[in-house]
Amino acid sequence: MALATEPTRNGVAPPMSADVVIRMEGVQKWYDQFQVLKDIDLEVHRGERIVICGPSGSGKSTLIRCINQLERHQKGRITVNGVELGPHHRQLDLVRREVGMVFQSFNLFPHLTVLENCMLAPLKVRGTTKAEAKATAMRYLERVRIPEQADKYPGQLSGGQQQRVAIARSLCMNPKVMLFDEPTSALDPEMVKEVLDTMIGLAEDGMTMLCVTHEMGFAKSVAHRVIFMDRGEIVEQNTPEEFFSAPKSERTRSFLGQILAH
Amino acid sequence: MIRAFGYNEFLFLLSAVQWTLLLSVIAFIGGGIVGLFVALGRTSDVKPLRLLATGYIQLFQGTPLLMQLFLVFFGATVVGIDMSPWVAAAVGLTLNTSAFLGEIWRGCIQSVPRGQWEAASSLGLRYPGLMRYVILPQAVKVAVPPTVGYLVQVIKGTSLAAIIGFVELTRAGQIVNNATFQPFLVFGIVAAIYFALCWPLSLLSQRLEARYAAPSR
Repeated sequence: MALATEPTRNGVAPPMSADVVIRMEGVQKWYDQFQVLKDIDLEVHRGERIVICGPSGSGKSTLIRCINQLERHQKGRITVNGVELGPHHRQLDLVRREVGMVFQSFNLFPHLTVLENCMLAPLKVRGTTKAEAKATAMRYLERVRIPEQADKYPGQLSGGQQQRVAIARSLCMNPKVMLFDEPTSALDPEMVKEVLDTMIGLAEDGMTMLCVTHEMGFAKSVAHRVIFMDRGEIVEQNTPEEFFSAPKSERTRSFLGQILAH
Repeated sequence: MIRAFGYNEFLFLLSAVQWTLLLSVIAFIGGGIVGLFVALGRTSDVKPLRLLATGYIQLFQGTPLLMQLFLVFFGATVVGIDMSPWVAAAVGLTLNTSAFLGEIWRGCIQSVPRGQWEAASSLGLRYPGLMRYVILPQAVKVAVPPTVGYLVQVIKGTSLAAIIGFVELTRAGQIVNNATFQPFLVFGIVAAIYFALCWPLSLLSQRLEARYAAPSR
């Protein structure tokens, strides 16, 4: 039996007793008249790995973007690491320092080298020394296995390499939670694996992760919990085994039928 | 008594170029500093700032530069400030330039993809750092060619300062013409001098545009 704080892989129950890192209660969001999030309740525990899937427009990206407030919710409460997100910048700053995010389109800073990309936030947000920021950056670049690219510019790297740099850049802030917004969707097929392998490595180290992805193989092998969203609601959530073998709702079945058919 | 247009008259025109250039430089630097704030206001999340900057730009783009110079020059007298044509021209041109540069730079700032703002924000950078380290360095690359191009407009705009009595190239032309009465020759030379100042800048702007349009490193 693994310790509660060190969840084992592959669907073993997540450490429910451990502390809650993210709590969403009755979260709602509209774009004008269109409701994108309908009464979302979600608790994420430390060390837990969640995969969120669902058809496009189901609100899954919006959900994770609300956690670091790239999108503002209009109703309900979101608490991250004990800080409730409100209208004030102070809470937002506290939350964003602890929450890393990886985007579909990498979003590396093209005018900075790989190393500078990784050093910027620790230097300017955390106020670490240059030597320290550089050491941290190199450590994480080694971890994503591209230290030799440190002095290149993002435009000189392949998509898979760029996404690994983006992961390293987030890790340099030493986040408590990592959010992934379709991290492999913009990649050529042959580059998907290197990014997924990096994410699996993170999972093995006990990182709390929320991934919006359609990589069901990843979900099966890494997630503690799979959440299915449709039309702004959480329709179903379960362990990967139950989710894939015995989906409860009709909408989940039809979604799985579509993405697993081929 | 009519004088002939000779070497001395030509030298007089040439020496007036320094005032045209100095006024241009002042308008450009002043306009650039104010223009940066106008551009930041225009792209701000804060609505009052955005409206203020928009109004400012509309005001200066929607009225002739000459009227703006008149209003500064005579307006100062109305409120009891004795403003020399020099200062009035510098202030008027600075305001005008800032509105145009502000609008050009707004476009450059907005050309930086949304994802860059999101990535910087998600790393915890707040507005000043986000602008300084992420957005502006990328916007500057886009901004250089149109900004150099706009410098041509600034140089030509300084000719209007002649009307409020500031002796720069155009006003020097008028003075020489009053003495020699050879308008075609005199203003032909004045125009040729303007062209000699502006053309290289236009070429530079085109070259910069071609260079920055090339695929990035």
